Amino acid sequence: MINTIKNFIEDAGWPRILIALFLVFLFVAAPFVDVRLDASVSDTLIRFGMNGVMVLAMVPMIQSGCGLNFGLPLGIIAGLLGAVTSVQLEMHGLFGVFGAMAMATPLAIIFGWGYGLLLNRVKGDEMMIATYVGFSSVAIMCVMWLILPYDSPKMVWGYAGEGLRTTISVEEFWQNAIGDIASFRFGEFFYFPTGVFVFFFLCCGAIALFMRTKTGTAMATVGSNPEFAKANGVNINRMRTLSVIISTVLGAYGIIIYQQSFGFIQLYMGPFYMAFPAVAAVLIGGASVKKASIMNVIVGTILFQGILTMTPSVINSIIQTDMSEVIRIIVSNGMILYALTRVVRGRE
Amino acid sequence: MKTTKSEHLKFFFIRNAVPLLFFTISALAIPLSGFSLAYLFEELLIRLSRNAFLVLSLLIPILAGMGLNFGMVLGAMAGQIGFIFVANWNIVGTQGLLLAAIISTPIAILLGWMCGIVLNKARGREMVTAFILAFFMNGVYQLVVLYLFGSVVPISNTDLVLSRGYGIRNVTNLEGMRNSLDNLIPLTLGGVGIPLATFILIGLLCLFIVWFRKTKLGQDMRATGEDLAVARSAGIRVLPTRILAIIISTVLAAYGQIIFLQTVGTMNTYNSHEQVGVFAIAAILVGGATVSKASITNVFVGIILFHLMFIVSPTAGKVLFGDAQVGEYFRVFISYGVIALALVLHAWRRQSDKDRARARFRNTSSAT
Repeated sequence: MINTIKNFIEDAGWPRILIALFLVFLFVAAPFVDVRLDASVSDTLIRFGMNGVMVLAMVPMIQSGCGLNFGLPLGIIAGLLGAVTSVQLEMHGLFGVFGAMAMATPLAIIFGWGYGLLLNRVKGDEMMIATYVGFSSVAIMCVMWLILPYDSPKMVWGYAGEGLRTTISVEEFWQNAIGDIASFRFGEFFYFPTGVFVFFFLCCGAIALFMRTKTGTAMATVGSNPEFAKANGVNINRMRTLSVIISTVLGAYGIIIYQQSFGFIQLYMGPFYMAFPAVAAVLIGGASVKKASIMNVIVGTILFQGILTMTPSVINSIIQTDMSEVIRIIVSNGMILYALTRVVRGRE
Repeated sequence: MKTTKSEHLKFFFIRNAVPLLFFTISALAIPLSGFSLAYLFEELLIRLSRNAFLVLSLLIPILAGMGLNFGMVLGAMAGQIGFIFVANWNIVGTQGLLLAAIISTPIAILLGWMCGIVLNKARGREMVTAFILAFFMNGVYQLVVLYLFGSVVPISNTDLVLSRGYGIRNVTNLEGMRNSLDNLIPLTLGGVGIPLATFILIGLLCLFIVWFRKTKLGQDMRATGEDLAVARSAGIRVLPTRILAIIISTVLAAYGQIIFLQTVGTMNTYNSHEQVGVFAIAAILVGGATVSKASITNVFVGIILFHLMFIVSPTAGKVLFGDAQVGEYFRVFISYGVIALALVLHAWRRQSDKDRARARFRNTSSAT
């Protein structure tokens, strides 16, 4: 009995167990400090839907051995460009959201392709380079947002008449356009954005199916055993590039889904740190630097977003202080740190 | 394999690509910005005295093969905690600085030791691990300074504490210590104040580093950095040596942050340390250092080139685009871009070296 528990802890890793227990504690404690459970569950679900696709964007790159995708901002930028263009063209409703995605796709493919070629030349150092490629692309886009020729009065600074604002509301364009499809409410506090969930699970299904195809299997082999893949005539670099492109496209879709739930497009430094919550979520769900599944994405996003939703309200009521920011930093980075120190690479 | 002259030249350009690029950008931007050379010189002198100690703290982990120490932020945190205590006790002048350094030393040693242990568990990906560790410790720092200071740790000075009764305010005033080291030995040349004492300290640190490299420990670190397995079989205790390299770097970073903040005069309690790592690392890379090789010259050339760009880019951006904001964002881009570029070039070179070695091996084995 004790051995089974020991094995379970060994397999799952103690940080994950601590995080899960912490979340259970938060939900148990909630009613005692007058935090409404239905509202909390609803918030968790909404945030799950908002962030799910961006977490899913981690999977292809981890599978092909490119490591954690700290370069997610690249995909996010493609998504932002699509979203901003759709607002510029006054596209409303579902047409607007899917239009944004359609316009973001070719950009994400181009970005992902270049990013993939770069990562192929720096095998073994992908994560650090990805982080800084992400950072610098966000910074150069800050310049671009100022000088790109967008001129919709809904988006540019009022007094100058040029340069995009830091946050742009999509409320009158396509807020909740996907989320409101077949959405329903229970009582006053519980809202379920069915459409977002359908979209998320369609994406998951597509990736799961893809991983079962010949190309998908080859991709996973490149990640787990590159020598074996090479011996079987798989073009390693092509598989890696393909995985980066898929990750980047998913990142672009992810941010658009996020915006349609959130109601705002955040430009400039907005996407700067967005890779970190997504990386932390997939790791909390049980992924490692070398292995990730759809299940890891689902479990991880629920756990991580659950904690983010519950800590401000519950902890705040218990100790009368808002510690949620500190807890978020420690939990997410602690989890990434744990994963990075698990496997020592064989280069000694 | 024989190298021709053109190959030699090509090699020189590839090796010094980053400094040359920066030199060109600065050379183009200085006339655009319209600053006088005297002004630039004065500004650079201040920035050199501010940043040199911090950037020098990066050298020893590079020697030990641990790459760019993104964990130097931990040292900066230790220095800031020292400052909080000194500000609490209202100690001013150089005594205050000295006391802050004394308080920060054990904290920096502890943090460095912890960082070293973590990095030993992540051999081969030290940089990304140290980078995340800095974020993680930032959370811990906030927990301590924002919640425990004033409640668990006694802070009596009410000017420091938030109105709710615990936690340190966003801005810690260091007016009493401002420039106290810079002005310790007063010296003005042509109307420009020279922070002589600061430069003497920086000079002493340079001497220390030169001396340290020649000691047994320094040689051990170099051997560890070149090849861990070979160093181990030569009887060097590699893992403790690596931890020691990080501890030294962290302590130096703590002192560096103290010197940096005394020239600034105020401390953003929760932000001052965050950018330290990025700017120091960008500076040393601009100076031509790589992930595995860095010299004192790289440090000084780097600070001068990097900060030159920092000073001129907002005004140059205004002239070019009619908007200072463009230049502002552009220099943010440069700070991150140069790190990305340097990391890519290094990894690229390593991979092509490996490929070349493999090709050569194949040639010799087919010849026999």
